[in-house]
Amino acid sequence: MRASICVSVVVISAVTATASAQDHSYTPADIENGGRLYQTTCSGCHGPAGDEIPGVALGRGVFKRGTSDTDLIAVIKTGIPGTAMPPHAFSDQEAAQIVAYLRNMTVVRTGIGTTVMRGLGDPARGRALFEGKGVTCHRVYGRGPRTAPDLTEVGLTRPLPELRDALLDPSATMRPANRPFRVVTTDGRTIAGRLLNQDTYSIQMLDSSDRLLSLPKRTVREQGFASASPMPSYKGTFTDQELDDLVGFLASLKGFNP
Amino acid sequence: MPKVLASLLIALAFGTLVSAQQVTFDRILRADQEPQNWLTYSGNLAGWRYSPLTQIAPGNVRNLELQWAFQTRAPAEANEKFEATPLVVDGVMYTVLAPNHVVALDAATGRMFWLYSPVISPLARVCCGRVNRGLAILGDTLFMGTIDGHLIALDAKTGKPVWDKAVVDPALGYSFTLAPLIVKDKVIVGPAGGEYGIRGFVAAFEAATGREVWRFNTIPEPGQPGHETWEDPARAAWKTGGGPVWVTGSYDPQLNLTYWGTGNPGPDWNGDPRPGDNLYTDSVIALDADTGQLEWHYQFTPHDEFDFDSTQVPVLVDMPWQGQPRKLMLWANRNGFWYVLDRESGEFLQGKPFTKVNWANGFDAKGRPNKVLASTAEGTLVYPNNQGATNWYPPSYSPRTGLFYIPSWMDTFSTYFKAPVEYVPGRQYVGRFPTMSFPAIRPAVGNLNQRPPEDGYGAIQAFDPKTGERKWEFKMVDVTDSGVLTTASDLVFAGGREGYFFALDARTGEQLWRATVGGQVSAGAMSYAINGRQYVAIAAGSVLFVYALRQ
Repeated sequence: MRASICVSVVVISAVTATASAQDHSYTPADIENGGRLYQTTCSGCHGPAGDEIPGVALGRGVFKRGTSDTDLIAVIKTGIPGTAMPPHAFSDQEAAQIVAYLRNMTVVRTGIGTTVMRGLGDPARGRALFEGKGVTCHRVYGRGPRTAPDLTEVGLTRPLPELRDALLDPSATMRPANRPFRVVTTDGRTIAGRLLNQDTYSIQMLDSSDRLLSLPKRTVREQGFASASPMPSYKGTFTDQELDDLVGFLASLKGFNP
Repeated sequence: MPKVLASLLIALAFGTLVSAQQVTFDRILRADQEPQNWLTYSGNLAGWRYSPLTQIAPGNVRNLELQWAFQTRAPAEANEKFEATPLVVDGVMYTVLAPNHVVALDAATGRMFWLYSPVISPLARVCCGRVNRGLAILGDTLFMGTIDGHLIALDAKTGKPVWDKAVVDPALGYSFTLAPLIVKDKVIVGPAGGEYGIRGFVAAFEAATGREVWRFNTIPEPGQPGHETWEDPARAAWKTGGGPVWVTGSYDPQLNLTYWGTGNPGPDWNGDPRPGDNLYTDSVIALDADTGQLEWHYQFTPHDEFDFDSTQVPVLVDMPWQGQPRKLMLWANRNGFWYVLDRESGEFLQGKPFTKVNWANGFDAKGRPNKVLASTAEGTLVYPNNQGATNWYPPSYSPRTGLFYIPSWMDTFSTYFKAPVEYVPGRQYVGRFPTMSFPAIRPAVGNLNQRPPEDGYGAIQAFDPKTGERKWEFKMVDVTDSGVLTTASDLVFAGGREGYFFALDARTGEQLWRATVGGQVSAGAMSYAINGRQYVAIAAGSVLFVYALRQ
């Protein structure tokens, strides 16, 4: 916990200049207390990562009403009448602490990532390394193959320590939606790719040839996830400085309208 | 009884005259004798959700087709799930769109007669969805509890309020989400709010006036029996002890007892502020319907730290138990066990798991569970998960098959973390939210399911109460928030989060028909008839769908 808070301080100073909607300043204690309040009050509906209400991604600054800290504090306290967002009996300070947590939750979310960060490296050098190694699998800003996860927003969706862990031990941090999925049909064909959706009667996949397939289960003999990521570990491939640079590059990937 | 038959005959002869008939309590008591109607939340006062209609049958169910659909609005708020079971009285359907909009519809066509939309206080706060599960009717009056704590009586012909009573304070987290229960001349309700440190109750109101007649507090105060199960040194925990009542109860007219399930103790996930068994949380309570006096109770989950509300519909059946005729109660509980109780005495007769359960490993002779797990700071992995092995979604009982049908979450799990918690009026009083293998609330859009099988699955299960055996299981990849309807033609109707509504053979579980409804089913189906034609209605997503056989 302490370690991740230290990370957050580094990151706050790194992102404050661009976070124009942030009109308050916060201490690590504010963020920590805000996280506690979030987990006991908000996460039941919004989810632990703040992304379970459609159209809202609290950790990525995607809100339905308001953008500034002041707006958000008001929404938390009074709710949004006529919607599912209820009022909450918080003081101004407590509501502000929750906002402090939201502004930093992608970074400080606990229980993910085990590496203590040394800091962010140089994104430009990281980009050069990435284009040398990674672009053969991943897609960024609409370019590249679809075999591996699209990284265009990875700096918003993954906590920093997890980015570094993902380079060293890809299987350990693999998200469910990214697991390789394989189907054998009743006529003996093997289809590999990623599982997009499933129900009792059918399976939807993106196969390794980038085709969107919808398969009735009565035509499927076997199905299952692989537990290992096809991505190689870069442990020993890169120096610590190079890893920092790569993480710096990945953390800078914040979608088309950062 | 002759009177009922007479009115039924009149109803059959002169369809148009019927709408003038009032819904007397006598009619509700004998709801099974007018299967064309659905007069109370569970179809009858015994909580069966069973339709005596037989036109739709295993041999023709594949010919079901959509007759009409009624859209509420799209997209609904993610947690404004459409949970209501409609009532149908002599060709008119009454239902509630989230959160508290009441409509009267022509049950044959879906055309609207009227809409009533109350102004909801901005102070309303509900933990888990701005929802309503339905209405009650008596005479010419409909009754609805609102999420801001009002009980409102509406004229069934016009949708205009007859009376409107503010019963509880929404700013403290009290709300009404259940369908009220009519017993004699009274309307019985209880509040939701178990995540806000409320003090739960069951209360009866005079239907004609809204005057409160009796109230049973589910958390006993000093001097009352049961208070000794709140053992904190300061003797204050009971005041915020929870025990909400948010699912409709049942009624036995011979015993004159009304049965209600109570919800979790507060705070949910840290039991330290409230040492003791915490009566009457997570219990069934049997109350004298005239006075509200407690006749007996049985607690399913003493000192709960896993949010195992016992807010399920009590299912009342008369059947032989070990050779002797007995008045029984069947109960599929959120905690993963299903129970057979004696509903006259409250005696525990049997408790068996219907999914993977690891928090208790059995019962003592009196039915107290042998608890083996508690919430911990570092995290405790518990089966079933926080949403439970089942929840408010109504089960069903068919007197023809003698089976008990349970909408089930199979082999799901949660990790519970004990965290500091402090009561502040109007704020959630819970502890830390546990992790879950399935999300508690499935959003209205974005229903992608990429979970591995080890996270669990959904099922409709059928059990034989006499032997305790499971007869069959119908498996779904995703879990289900759907209730179960059985019919006298031995069909089971249910759905799930995947957006299907389907019919199963009640004796084998074989799927005989399904329709895509494009949104999750978070309600129980019901059935009715008009001019001899049987209909089945189900809410899914933000739409009410009504099916009948192709003509």
